Amino acid sequence: MSVALRAAQAAAPFLLLAGLWQIASLNLPKFLFPSLVDVFWRVLGIFLDWSEFRNVVATVGRIVAGLGGAFVIGAVLALAMNRSRAADRFIGPIMTFFQGVPALSWVVFAIIWFHGTEPRIFFIMLVTSLPAFVFQVLGALRAVPRDLFEMVLSFRPSGAKMFLQLTLPAILPDILTAWKVNLGNASRVVVVAELVGATGGVGYALLQQQQIFDMAGALAWTLQLVIFVLIAQGFIGMVETRAFKYRAVSEHAL
Amino acid sequence: MSDAEISFDHVTKEFPKPDGGGLFRAVDDVSLAIAPGELIALLGKTGCGKSTMFNMIAGLTEPSAGVLRVAGRDPFGDFNWFRGKIAIVFQNDRLLPWRTAIENVEIGLEMLGVPTAERRQRAQAWLTRLGLAGHERDYPHALSGGMRQRVSIARAFATDAKFLLCDEPFSALDEITGQRLREEFGTLVRENGKTAVFITHSINEAIQLADRIVVLRRPARIAMDARVPRNASPTERDDLRSRVEAILSE
Repeated sequence: MSVALRAAQAAAPFLLLAGLWQIASLNLPKFLFPSLVDVFWRVLGIFLDWSEFRNVVATVGRIVAGLGGAFVIGAVLALAMNRSRAADRFIGPIMTFFQGVPALSWVVFAIIWFHGTEPRIFFIMLVTSLPAFVFQVLGALRAVPRDLFEMVLSFRPSGAKMFLQLTLPAILPDILTAWKVNLGNASRVVVVAELVGATGGVGYALLQQQQIFDMAGALAWTLQLVIFVLIAQGFIGMVETRAFKYRAVSEHAL
Repeated sequence: MSDAEISFDHVTKEFPKPDGGGLFRAVDDVSLAIAPGELIALLGKTGCGKSTMFNMIAGLTEPSAGVLRVAGRDPFGDFNWFRGKIAIVFQNDRLLPWRTAIENVEIGLEMLGVPTAERRQRAQAWLTRLGLAGHERDYPHALSGGMRQRVSIARAFATDAKFLLCDEPFSALDEITGQRLREEFGTLVRENGKTAVFITHSINEAIQLADRIVVLRRPARIAMDARVPRNASPTERDDLRSRVEAILSE
């Protein structure tokens, strides 16, 4: 399949959505469906005005910090659960309990427990992303093929060499998938956290647009976050392409 | 048994039954001595305890009773002492899919801390010797079953381990490839002075490769322990085959 055809296929659903929106903007009030031309200029305006764009940077920083913290802590907990049945029995139920707590409840708890905006949002991002990382990394660790483990073990490696030569490469595909999934979730949670408990960021900017009933502005701020997620997903995709070039690809999949 | 490289002295191995109802005896009071440089074939039906004996020699599991020694040491208790001294060729190739052929051969050398240039040179030499020159940068999915098994043999030999353990390494290959690899393997073991234990289902494979055949009866008890004369005549081989067949068909 040619590159142009693939690009056209990828763009088709977005073009369809944009077309439908534009048709709606011509027939419905502007405050409900603003023209995409207006939205485009608002998006560009946010990009070019640092006093506005720094809100996007703040939100991206919060997503990266929250996910990074959740991943590091989650990976350590998953390693402990994989090594020790006692740790598994202790941590597993807590993570399951955390998963059942709605993100909005964590927002309320964070506002009560913490003073500053950044600790609040970091806490919210951490606790909402942690269970997913723990379970995803744990699943990946448990799926390391036993026959490969025994093969490497037969050479009597140190713990560090076993981890670097077998465990890490074996779980890397699942880790990248976990990042992809959690990135989308985190971009939704961060907006909720900022909407309620922040004085800056995309969530806060969205709250302002809601107060002045500016749909074009709301859409433009939302698109900032969507663009970040698309860029981040594209980056992870590039890492996957490079790291997993060893995989066989069926001709039917091309 | 004093000059044996590998010795089983009244070794028994029991496992808990999956249903929790008592113990299952996989190896029953086995005594066996394997001399330095000997290539011994463990032959028996499925479930006769060959793999359990193999895993005990490899140090992956320990005897429930009796004493097992490899080079005078306990392979389970002194597990790390055997780093670089035991190499295994498994039934399936067990290549790491994210490593190229040459990187797979290098893995044992990496565990031994061999410098990069030297391990690359040794890995390359073994791949060339096993007819894989030109395929060093191929990933496992791009190699045929026979080629992958050659890489796994190269991986085992590259560490220059004194003890070589082989778990039906040719059983998944077609007849012609298996026959060719068997011949190459036997030559390599003898040329490099390895002490090798070889598990197989195949009587012909055992007679072709081994200096000595140990036939096991379920649960792993030695039913026959016979030498294979290096230049055995077809009649002697047929006689040996008939004796083994008779035991296995009981």
